[in-house]
Amino acid sequence: MNIKEKEQEIISEFEMFDDWMDKYNYIIETGKSVPVIDSQYKQDQFLIKGCQSQVWLQASMEDGRVVFKADSDALITRGIVGLLIRVLSNQPPQDIVDADLAFIDAIGLKEHLSPTRSNGLVNMIKQMKLYALAFKAKQQGT
Amino acid sequence: MSFNIEQLRREFPLLGQEVNGKPLVYFDNAATTQKPKAVVERLMEYYYKENSNIHRGAHYLSQQATEAYENARETTRLYLNAAFSHEIIFSRGTTEAINLVASSFSKKFVNPGDEILISAMEHHSNIVPWQMACQERGAILKVIPMNERGELLMEEYEKLLSNNTRIVAVTHVSNALGTINPIEEIIALAHQKGIPVLIDGAQAVPHMKVDVQALDCDFYCFSGHKLYGPMGVGVLYGKEEWLQQMPPYQGGGEMIKEVRFSGTTYNELPFKFEAGTPNVGDVLGLEAALRFVSYLRHDEISAYENQLMQYGMEQLQTLENIRFIGTAEKKTSVISFIFNDIHPYDTGIILDKLGIAVRTGHHCAQPTMDFFEVPGTVRVSFAVYNTRQEIDILVEGLKKVRTLFG
Ligand SMILES: Cc1ncc(COP(=O)(O)O)c(C=O)c1O
Repeated sequence: MNIKEKEQEIISEFEMFDDWMDKYNYIIETGKSVPVIDSQYKQDQFLIKGCQSQVWLQASMEDGRVVFKADSDALITRGIVGLLIRVLSNQPPQDIVDADLAFIDAIGLKEHLSPTRSNGLVNMIKQMKLYALAFKAKQQGT
Repeated sequence: MSFNIEQLRREFPLLGQEVNGKPLVYFDNAATTQKPKAVVERLMEYYYKENSNIHRGAHYLSQQATEAYENARETTRLYLNAAFSHEIIFSRGTTEAINLVASSFSKKFVNPGDEILISAMEHHSNIVPWQMACQERGAILKVIPMNERGELLMEEYEKLLSNNTRIVAVTHVSNALGTINPIEEIIALAHQKGIPVLIDGAQAVPHMKVDVQALDCDFYCFSGHKLYGPMGVGVLYGKEEWLQQMPPYQGGGEMIKEVRFSGTTYNELPFKFEAGTPNVGDVLGLEAALRFVSYLRHDEISAYENQLMQYGMEQLQTLENIRFIGTAEKKTSVISFIFNDIHPYDTGIILDKLGIAVRTGHHCAQPTMDFFEVPGTVRVSFAVYNTRQEIDILVEGLKKVRTLFG
């Protein structure tokens, strides 16, 4: 599935929830099931500091696709991190750079990506795109 | 309680709204309080009828505005029971007031090797300006430690007061913990050695009567916006003897007597420390806030808020896995806590969904958070318009948080 299809899949899943509690429950469950990042990557160089919660992000290139692993100390942030990874991980670098991530707005979580929330997510997306750009540059260089 | 809470709440139109489809429960009063009509109407009146620059024009409006502004200074003097109105300097807030003292006092009185003493529970506003002053003057910052309840260790304090200590800067009430510090004793001990004391009163003034002469503090700072007044205005009280000796903080209009290219002579107090056009409108709004609080009476406010805090503690204690951060014997209007198994940010997001405004995070007091080894806390802070029903709503909300994350 490409990025757009994955986004659509998530939007359909969220359409089943009719109140915010169900929605947050789902995000929290997603948070609990995000694969745990290796503790070796839970270091300052992978840390994206937010004022309220923190995010760790690690990226590698496998068969022309960028693979992301990430984690957060807060569960709601972790859940949204999980959704972002589901959409962006294992995709070609150019697609990641181009992604507009409109699904976040469509599922009503846009408020979590506001810089004023200061939860590390805005910078995480920026960082994901930077990784993708870097991998793309490397690809073209070889 | 002599005031009618329903009637009082109607004075704060903002409180009547819904957030996320729920009636707003506002428990972030330590960050800023809501404003009563009296304050908003004072601002409107000023801008509709009185706006003019002060101390500058011979014309009617300028005279009126100047008089109103200086009357507000006198109201503030009375409020703090300062000896002279020229000991009242208007600033942008607590932060600017502390920066003023840290900069001006240090230029005159702090030299390489000297020490500045603060406490372990200070707001960043009462840490960073002193770090900057220390850097500039080659001085050393010393910190009074606290115990696990969030109380300053007075014996350690006495030991830290040395012949090199030039000033002590301590908060009256901790914004992150709610601790009321024994500032009378802190001031008396410093004065025994001839050391002046600055008190950060940002979190105290809304909750208790402050008499700067009875305290005998040398500087006292607070912000209007935490005391039902407008944002952008605050007060520095300073004893005349210190303010006279300190050099100006900023240069510009108002603060000068004569300007020649060959040199400038500075104006007298308080104008020496109020460079540029002051925030006249907000100063008048602050005056209205002081009147409002005086009208409600501080003893009534304290009694009511203490009841709220006690009720809040009783109710919150029933929750599973809760850990209170800051359990000093003497506290006011702040309950800070975390659930051992839930991140404060997660708690805050769910409460927000329920229309409940609390503060989560480090509360601009990172060293305090580090001391308690928590990433942050959930802080519930009370004002005079809060109610027991709101505490019940909060507890219900926290139970929801526990079912979601626990
Ligand atoms: C104890 C304390 N000191 C200083 C400040 C800074 O006040 P302001 O931001 O109004 O200058 C605050 C506000 O949060 C505070 O709680």
